[in-house]
Amino acid sequence: MNEPQSFWTKYVWSQDHKVIAVQYSITAIVAGIVALVLSVLMRMQLGFPDSVPFMDSEAYYQAMTLHGMIMVIYLLTALFLGGFGNYMIPLMVGARDMVFPYLNMLSYWFYLLSVIVLMASFFVPGGPTGAGWTLYPPQAILTGTPGTDWGIITMLISLAIFIVAATMGGLNYVTTVLQARCRGMTLMRMPLTVWGIFVATIMALLAFPALFVSAVMMLFDKLLGTSFFMPAVVSMGQALDYDGGSPVLFQHLFWFFGHPEVYIVALPAFGIVSDLISVHARKNIFGFRMMVWAIVFIGVLSFVVWAHHMYVSGMNPYFGFFFAITTLVIAVPTAIKVYNWVLTLWRGDIHLTVPMLYAIAFISTFVIGGLTGLFLGNVIVDIPLSDTYFVVAHFHMVMGVSPILVIFGAIYHWYPKITGRMLNDTIGKTHFWITFIGTYAIYFPMHYLGILGMPRRYYAYENYEFIPQSAHDLNSFISAMAIVVAVAQVLYIYNLFWSYWKGKEAGPNPWGATSLEWQTPQTPPVHGNWGEKLPEVHRWAYDYSVPGYDEDFVPQTQPQPEDRPAGEMA
Amino acid sequence: MPLAIALILIVVLSVLFQVFTPWWSTPVASNWGHIDDTLVITGLITGVVFIAVNIFIAVAIIRYRHREGHKADYQPENKKLEWTLIGLTTLGIVGMLAPGLFVYSEFVDVPEEADHFEVVGQQWQWSFRFPGEDGVLGHADNRFITPDNPFGLKPDDPNGADDRLVLSNEVHLPLNRPVKVLMRSKDVLHDFYVPQFRAKMDLVPGTVSYFWFTPTRPGQFEILCAELCGVGHYNMRGKVVVETERAYREWMAGLPTFAKLQEGTTLTDSSDLSFEELVEQGRQLSQAQGCIGCHSLDGSPTPGPTWLNLYGKQEELADGSSVLVDDGYLREAIVNPNSQIVKGFAPMMPPYPFTDVQLDATVAFIKSLSDKAPNQEGDTQ
Repeated sequence: MNEPQSFWTKYVWSQDHKVIAVQYSITAIVAGIVALVLSVLMRMQLGFPDSVPFMDSEAYYQAMTLHGMIMVIYLLTALFLGGFGNYMIPLMVGARDMVFPYLNMLSYWFYLLSVIVLMASFFVPGGPTGAGWTLYPPQAILTGTPGTDWGIITMLISLAIFIVAATMGGLNYVTTVLQARCRGMTLMRMPLTVWGIFVATIMALLAFPALFVSAVMMLFDKLLGTSFFMPAVVSMGQALDYDGGSPVLFQHLFWFFGHPEVYIVALPAFGIVSDLISVHARKNIFGFRMMVWAIVFIGVLSFVVWAHHMYVSGMNPYFGFFFAITTLVIAVPTAIKVYNWVLTLWRGDIHLTVPMLYAIAFISTFVIGGLTGLFLGNVIVDIPLSDTYFVVAHFHMVMGVSPILVIFGAIYHWYPKITGRMLNDTIGKTHFWITFIGTYAIYFPMHYLGILGMPRRYYAYENYEFIPQSAHDLNSFISAMAIVVAVAQVLYIYNLFWSYWKGKEAGPNPWGATSLEWQTPQTPPVHGNWGEKLPEVHRWAYDYSVPGYDEDFVPQTQPQPEDRPAGEMA
Repeated sequence: MPLAIALILIVVLSVLFQVFTPWWSTPVASNWGHIDDTLVITGLITGVVFIAVNIFIAVAIIRYRHREGHKADYQPENKKLEWTLIGLTTLGIVGMLAPGLFVYSEFVDVPEEADHFEVVGQQWQWSFRFPGEDGVLGHADNRFITPDNPFGLKPDDPNGADDRLVLSNEVHLPLNRPVKVLMRSKDVLHDFYVPQFRAKMDLVPGTVSYFWFTPTRPGQFEILCAELCGVGHYNMRGKVVVETERAYREWMAGLPTFAKLQEGTTLTDSSDLSFEELVEQGRQLSQAQGCIGCHSLDGSPTPGPTWLNLYGKQEELADGSSVLVDDGYLREAIVNPNSQIVKGFAPMMPPYPFTDVQLDATVAFIKSLSDKAPNQEGDTQ
């Protein structure tokens, strides 16, 4: 083990997966705060038109684009895979580090570079792109959209760099899970957190190349005059040289990446929340094997549902039958997960700790987001709802609010291991209640604006007869709530800082959890994680409230007693 | 415990919200009322699941929250329960999917007897084309688009000569006649969306997309764009007028054919045109070229300065200087738009290489919209 020598090698050019995880997380959270501010600016315009002086329609579309892109890619993907994946995988499978530590370090620095290039687009001539996070051509590279010169180029280059980073990280996570598990850690003894991140990473490795090639092809269309995505067009009265390309091809490539991307974010959240619920309900996760298979099935199926984002794209409408069926089939394994979470609570010993509050709130918000997905996946129901606020409410509930509630819960849960101190419960609960109730108040009524028919991605809704005044008032209410929730996030950030110095000492295992990360010889774990000897695993990660034991949890490292044959699930 | 109460309250409030909501679908004005039925079915099935899951969690919290000495059950799995739930879920899915696909099969199956017309989108306006006497739309392609041929009809295609063209954003349709909407775009993606018709579809440059519907209620309905198409997206408005067959025929008779338009727009010299004729030419030109997508005619805010009372105004420029809007300024602003940017607007207008006659016509049209314009006669050069 190469011990770090100085501050620089220990905290900056570090090859320790835990330091890299924290670097990833801090960078992602900072990017997320930028995206949060952008969303407040958008909500100001929607709820209180013209209240922000510089918020013209160009700035609005730029804010909208960057908000979406940062949240989906640079915050959620980076935080779940680069942050939690990095921290949890080696600890939970009993490895000393990732199998390629140097590559792991490079992964972070490429990610940081991609964020810097992205942020630079705010300062280039013409500003960042305003093409929407989906970057649909021809619009993304034609006049009439903000940032069609420097903005779109920096965006595409940043995405390409991000994908390089995600690939370096992803190869590491997959190889570590497959090759570096400690003695006794069979695949079916891995906690669901690792399962979720593992399958999501495989998906990322398969899905991101589709985005990478579409980014490169669009760069060629923009810079070299190729026509991959560009048919003959007359833009603002001028015939351009493009000919013969297909804008719908881009959409197929984008969503071939984009739909798996939803589950790249969701599966780690599913895994983590399963563990939070199990630990804090002091009960094994219900139907563990079914949970694992559900993760795997969702991962596979998510590659054959992409065109449900394209029911009104002008593709051959007969595709709609196939994609509606595959999309609704994916609801079955997803529903299994929900049932098993709530059945884990049943007959449990539910400790309503702050991580548990977030976990239960996740189930509630995820159920809303999942169920509204059944509207949008069912092609005919989607037709009136697509491109309306129903879609905005749906995807914010399912892949905005829910995974972020899991992130809040997960940071709360593992902060004691990472820092050795507990977070402050009073601040935590205050933040929880404002965020949970606030997001419901924002997104629940928003679905109804969509049913009314209000289109999304509108800078203003003046003088539309079918939109009553009450809908504008509701928009103001939603904006007010959004601002309250956005400001409340300061509490969580403050808690992270305050508790780092002032928090209560945590001890090695404050929640009484069984999985390996809580059994390290030191807290926080040092470089190399395990001291002299690697741990040895004797049971699954869910031995809570096992009959015949005094404690209500049995660590994975504890050998089975001689007189007791290993149970079915061990 | 507060969490259990919160979850129960969420359920109660959600149900009340659903019952008393003032925000719901607009009254349907097409044959796609069945789409609303599938929405209601989906809403009922998912609503039951939403209520059941939240209440179940609330009850679990109340009954099994931590108390001293209490210990959780140990039950790794329950095959029978798990498979029962999978079965029930599958039933629910089939209950939503089957009627959905049934209605969708109607949606993709255009009736034989349907009429057809074309919607053409460009940033940020609509125009429309009807097939004329022969019932066939002439071949069209973006490569044929010129200032005189804004629809890009193939010039020598005989089917196109009698096509009726609508160079404004208002289209009329006859009541209770099924119609297939064919869609093309000149530049970027758009989406033809009338909330009351329920159906919508993207316009994709380089290809022709379609859907069909039957208007079932007379009246005027707003057309919106539902696919992000740039900074003017939110303002890409149009109007559908659904009316009796007779009124529709009258309206149709007043539309110019492609052949007629071709004769009328071959302007070579403006000196023998009256100011009114020039204004009319300018009006047609600014519609065909998309000017009015960004420059409103009624003072409403748009991506570019409104043309209402623009002529003769002192305009403040982005660099702090000011300029009088006159013939010379306007001509320069069309040919070389980014040389003088008006304060508060973005430098996003492309140059329009108009001929002298086209410039005269456009300036005359802008002049006609201003009460500050000088005596209009004979001041067009």
